Amino acid sequence: MENLLSIITFLPLVAATILALVQRAQNEAADRNARWFALITTVVTFLISLFLLFGFDRSNPGFQFVEEYDWVLGMKYKVGVDGLSVLFVVLITFLMPITVGAAWIENRRVKEYMVTFLILEGLMIGVFTALDMVLFYLFFEASLIPMFLVIGIWGGRQRIYATFKFFLYTFFGSVIMLVAMIAMFVQTGTTDITELMKYGFPTETLHVLGISIPGGMQTLLFLAFFVSFAVKVPMWPVHTWLPDAHVQAPTAGSVDLAAILLKMGGYGFLRFSLPMFPAGAAQMADFIMVLSVIAIIWTSLVALMQTDMKRLIAYSSVAHMGFVTIGIFAVNQQGIDGAMFQMLSHGVVSSALFLSVGVLYERLHTREIAAYGGIMKRMPAYAAIFMFYTMANIGLPGTSGFIGEFLALTGAFKAHSTIGFFAATGVILSAAYGLWLYRRIFLGPLVKDSLKGLKDLDLREKLMLVPLVVLIVVLGVYPAFITDIVGPTVAQLVQNYDAAIAALAVGQ
Amino acid sequence: MTSADFSTVLPEFLLALYAMAALLFGVWTGKDKAAPILLWATIGVMLLLGLWIGAGGTGTRAAFGGLFIDDAYARFVKVVALFSAAAVMAMSADYMQRRNLLRFEFPVLVALAVVGMMMMVSAGDLMALYLGLELMSLSLYVVAALRRDSARSSEAGLKYFVLGSLSSGILLYGASLTYGFAGTTSFAGILTVVQNGHLPIGVLFGMVFMISGLAFKVSAVPFHMWTPDVYEGSPTPVTAFFATAPKIAAMALIGRLLFDAFGQVTADWGQVIALIALASMFLGAIAGIVQTDIKRLMAYSSISHMGFALLGLLAGTAAGVQATLLYMTIYVATNIGAFAFILSMERDGQPVTRLTALNGYARYQPVRAWAVLVLFFSLAGVPPMLGFFAKLAVIKAALTGGYVWVAGLGILASVIAAYYYLRIIYYMYFAEESDTLDNRMPVVQLGLLMLVALVTLAGAVNLFGLEGATATAAASLVQ
Repeated sequence: MENLLSIITFLPLVAATILALVQRAQNEAADRNARWFALITTVVTFLISLFLLFGFDRSNPGFQFVEEYDWVLGMKYKVGVDGLSVLFVVLITFLMPITVGAAWIENRRVKEYMVTFLILEGLMIGVFTALDMVLFYLFFEASLIPMFLVIGIWGGRQRIYATFKFFLYTFFGSVIMLVAMIAMFVQTGTTDITELMKYGFPTETLHVLGISIPGGMQTLLFLAFFVSFAVKVPMWPVHTWLPDAHVQAPTAGSVDLAAILLKMGGYGFLRFSLPMFPAGAAQMADFIMVLSVIAIIWTSLVALMQTDMKRLIAYSSVAHMGFVTIGIFAVNQQGIDGAMFQMLSHGVVSSALFLSVGVLYERLHTREIAAYGGIMKRMPAYAAIFMFYTMANIGLPGTSGFIGEFLALTGAFKAHSTIGFFAATGVILSAAYGLWLYRRIFLGPLVKDSLKGLKDLDLREKLMLVPLVVLIVVLGVYPAFITDIVGPTVAQLVQNYDAAIAALAVGQ
Repeated sequence: MTSADFSTVLPEFLLALYAMAALLFGVWTGKDKAAPILLWATIGVMLLLGLWIGAGGTGTRAAFGGLFIDDAYARFVKVVALFSAAAVMAMSADYMQRRNLLRFEFPVLVALAVVGMMMMVSAGDLMALYLGLELMSLSLYVVAALRRDSARSSEAGLKYFVLGSLSSGILLYGASLTYGFAGTTSFAGILTVVQNGHLPIGVLFGMVFMISGLAFKVSAVPFHMWTPDVYEGSPTPVTAFFATAPKIAAMALIGRLLFDAFGQVTADWGQVIALIALASMFLGAIAGIVQTDIKRLMAYSSISHMGFALLGLLAGTAAGVQATLLYMTIYVATNIGAFAFILSMERDGQPVTRLTALNGYARYQPVRAWAVLVLFFSLAGVPPMLGFFAKLAVIKAALTGGYVWVAGLGILASVIAAYYYLRIIYYMYFAEESDTLDNRMPVVQLGLLMLVALVTLAGAVNLFGLEGATATAAASLVQ
């Protein structure tokens, strides 16, 4: 299986092509076939990706399953995974069948819908396996296209505005990264990520338009990448595309957006910013941590005031991603372990919450919190599961949310106790908006007539929601499952970073 | 004229001979009954010539004492120009026939324009440059006014003619200045007049005037004003022709002039090209936003793309020229697909070019809409479409040349331009269905649209060998 990664990446793309080309008819049966075809493809992809998980050598901090071929213009088709990326690949393949499940009830242009999601899956996997930076960029950017279409075609009422904003924001960020990538290509003559990680980019102070830039080229490159990843994560104050996109996206789109697309930013920081531009990162780390703290507190407060469920969860996502960036730029073992854990955990928890909102939306076609109240009586199973997800989102011990936030905050305290202190208030705020949301929807008397006919979860919904519950508990109780895989790679990353910073200090 | 000279210019000679024979034939048979035959015959001749030039000949040969240079660079551009002209004519046949536009002059004029293009990319001397350029331009002025009973088409032709003559005048003035100060009209001679790494002031003036004149032909800012009106006013097949072959020929001519005649002084023209490129990218991107007509939109899109293509030259190296050639080839190919689609936009048999006519197109024509989506994302430079690799190459060239600010600002322009490409997708995929377009699409147009879309997408694998061909071509220009 030396082509395992390519198989996982291209299987959904090939399947999408087959589905697009082969199926012609437009009727109920054809729609049903398209759904099943997509489901089977994603499940098979998931099963194949398990080989990746079990074949992964946990003690090896380097890249594994590497494939390398010559490509065009001096670039390479090179893929591989290490501790930072392997779990994302599995997370994607795990979530995609659930996404297809969420997309199951869509009746408009079913075939195109399924094709789009299969394409999206392949492109997202490609982002995390690419070991050539232009290849990474290709997948990173190409994944905008299916998402643009998902929101624009199958989205809500304000979908046009939301999807243009989503596309142009991210496109803007990523083209700046592209310029930086090409500058690196010109400087080093290679686009191979493993080579670039070994290359020390110049750190001599530069003067641009009379402004002196400490850290020189590294700082400039870092900033260029930062713009792209900060938009993607998203960090305050460039997060405003996210609530719009989430609210307008269909449930399945929201799941992929929150669970995977946001993580590309955090992953990018770990794959490019820290190992390649340590001097630039050292210059900017404090600034980014401050931004993250603002993001956590600000967006938590904003979340508290939302009247739309999806918008509330979207803001909560921004706040949770704030913990990720804090953890990353603490640059120590706990911080980055925590950031990785938080990203994976948030991938599961946020998709769970968006799926849950979808469950209600499909029944009543409103996301207004005020339209609900007391529905626990009608939907006990749903209420129980939602309670559990809310707790995971808050970070209750025993759920995966706790481990991530705890580790990230530990890292933050080690780096900057003040930052750690303020960031920790975010945990309290998340309890406030999470529990208050729960109270307004589920508790209290059931007075609204529209709610009286609600039905509890059906089989499809249970099949989507229960695996996520299991995963949250497993990760919460046995975090070593993740940290064992992530740890060695992170240790090496932190070590290289510290060595680079120490060398700089000696040099000055 | 020795036989060696003659064998070097044989393809041009044959095409010119064919054009004149076709003219005679058209006049002799009278009226336009023979026009379809002539059109397809011209397509056949061009394809054969393209294959012949592409397959045969290696190395560099000069004819007529250096007036005419046949090298890999010229051959590459000639092949692209011949093929694209043939493709445009093939997809126009149906459109023109049904509107009584297919006069026998059309294929003849296109063939003559292509002869001009082939001559100018092979020019080794200012005289040859002017000769080729004017042959192309004069033919283009006439085809712009092809629909002679339509006021807009006549206006387009006249406007193009007046502004084009002005630019030719500027070019000629620049050429005479260069001749006066350098004492020679041959590129090889001009190359040697460098003093202390810079041009004498008179030659510098001459060079800038010549660049201005040529910028008009590629519709780069500030010599772009004719483009939207001519694109909109001309019959769509003519617009499609304008957007493809003449663009790559003129761009190649700029490369020829800058490297063969002024290759020693890249610093002297670098700033000029950088400014023109930057202004083109931004004007094309911003002015395109408010357009409601797809032909005008394509005009602004082409202005913006010419700016990007010029970036490649900034590197002053073979890799930079390669980037420009790559960019232009991909641009021409994408435009052929896009115009194949625009030609098919009809409602009740009448051509429509309003963007809103596309509303809901993806509902009733999903396959074609998909192809157009691929093409417009490619024009926007979004991976994995070919347009991305083109952008990558030229930005790399600009950075190699040290023009970081141009590359940085240019990429911002590409984000702005992305907006209007997305708008086309918006009309097709997101907007509510209104009056539908006709489903009729001639097989040539459909075939080209699909072929180009597939190539644009599949090209991500290996660029279809374009990399090697452009590298050889660029290496022959920049020693």
